[in-house]
Amino acid sequence: MFIKILILAFIVFALWRTFLKYKNSDITGREMSIWAVFWLLVGTAALAPKKTDIVAQWLGVERGADLLVYLSIMALFFLVFKIIVKLEKMDRDITKVVRKNALDEAQKD
Amino acid sequence: MKICAVVPAYNEARTIRQVVEALKDKVAEVIVIDDGSADQTAELAKAAGAKVVRHSINRGQGAALQTGIDFALSRGAEIIVTFDADGQFVAEEINRLALPILRGEAQAVLGSRFLKKDNLTPWAKKIILKIATFITRLYTGLNVSDTHNGFRAFDRTAAETIKIRQAGMAHGSEILEQIKKHKLKFVEAPVTVKYSDYSLQKGQKLSNSFRIIFDLFLSRLSR
Repeated sequence: MFIKILILAFIVFALWRTFLKYKNSDITGREMSIWAVFWLLVGTAALAPKKTDIVAQWLGVERGADLLVYLSIMALFFLVFKIIVKLEKMDRDITKVVRKNALDEAQKD
Repeated sequence: MKICAVVPAYNEARTIRQVVEALKDKVAEVIVIDDGSADQTAELAKAAGAKVVRHSINRGQGAALQTGIDFALSRGAEIIVTFDADGQFVAEEINRLALPILRGEAQAVLGSRFLKKDNLTPWAKKIILKIATFITRLYTGLNVSDTHNGFRAFDRTAAETIKIRQAGMAHGSEILEQIKKHKLKFVEAPVTVKYSDYSLQKGQKLSNSFRIIFDLFLSRLSR
């Protein structure tokens, strides 16, 4: 029971932070909706785990909790991939800036 | 023909002066790229007579090489020779690398320590380099004997065509890949590599090989 309260409290916290980010225009309305739907789904799964079994069995997985783990791992891998690609690009951009500065400075003297 | 030497240097205060002085009489201009060194590399290079281009932060040897090549091209270089700052190459051998370009036989000349009969490569180093060469051969399809040798020469067209995107040590394989892709005419030339405790300590280690493979793999993913 305690874990349910913990998860729900975290969901309320996450939704609140998401809303604040939206209010400060750090994220777009679309991003906020996606996160809101995600956290509400997690909430549903926490409150009524049996209900998620229906969806899971529909997809050929026995338990809803398992399905959730599978989906989470997929999402995490995708996220890590996106971050690596982004980091590589940022690294190259930093090099471009450093190079341009270096060449401009060297041309001066 | 205007020959420029491009020397990427990171914390090479111990050797940079001798390297610049040895190169000075052999080429029209010595360009040292100080890749964000914390020591006196830039000042010493300048005092020895090199033109110094300074990266404000360390970006890696590949990035420094590309900066140096860009700068040399902007100064009207017709042949660009890349040279290591740790003093393991012999400046007199620049002629040997420039010759095939001057004769119109090649656009890129790659130095190879293994083409020299009397090379004194330590065995542990030899194994690492042989593995690197093998992997690079698989990766680029080019049959060269020494893939991670920093002593190279390019004519203007080759220097303008090759764009080094690998900031780190994987640029050795990347240069070969681009030579193949752009169908640049290349030859290998034997060069001497002098090993000292200093250059061995600064050179490639086995752990770096894995890093190079990882970098190449990543660049394929994120291209």
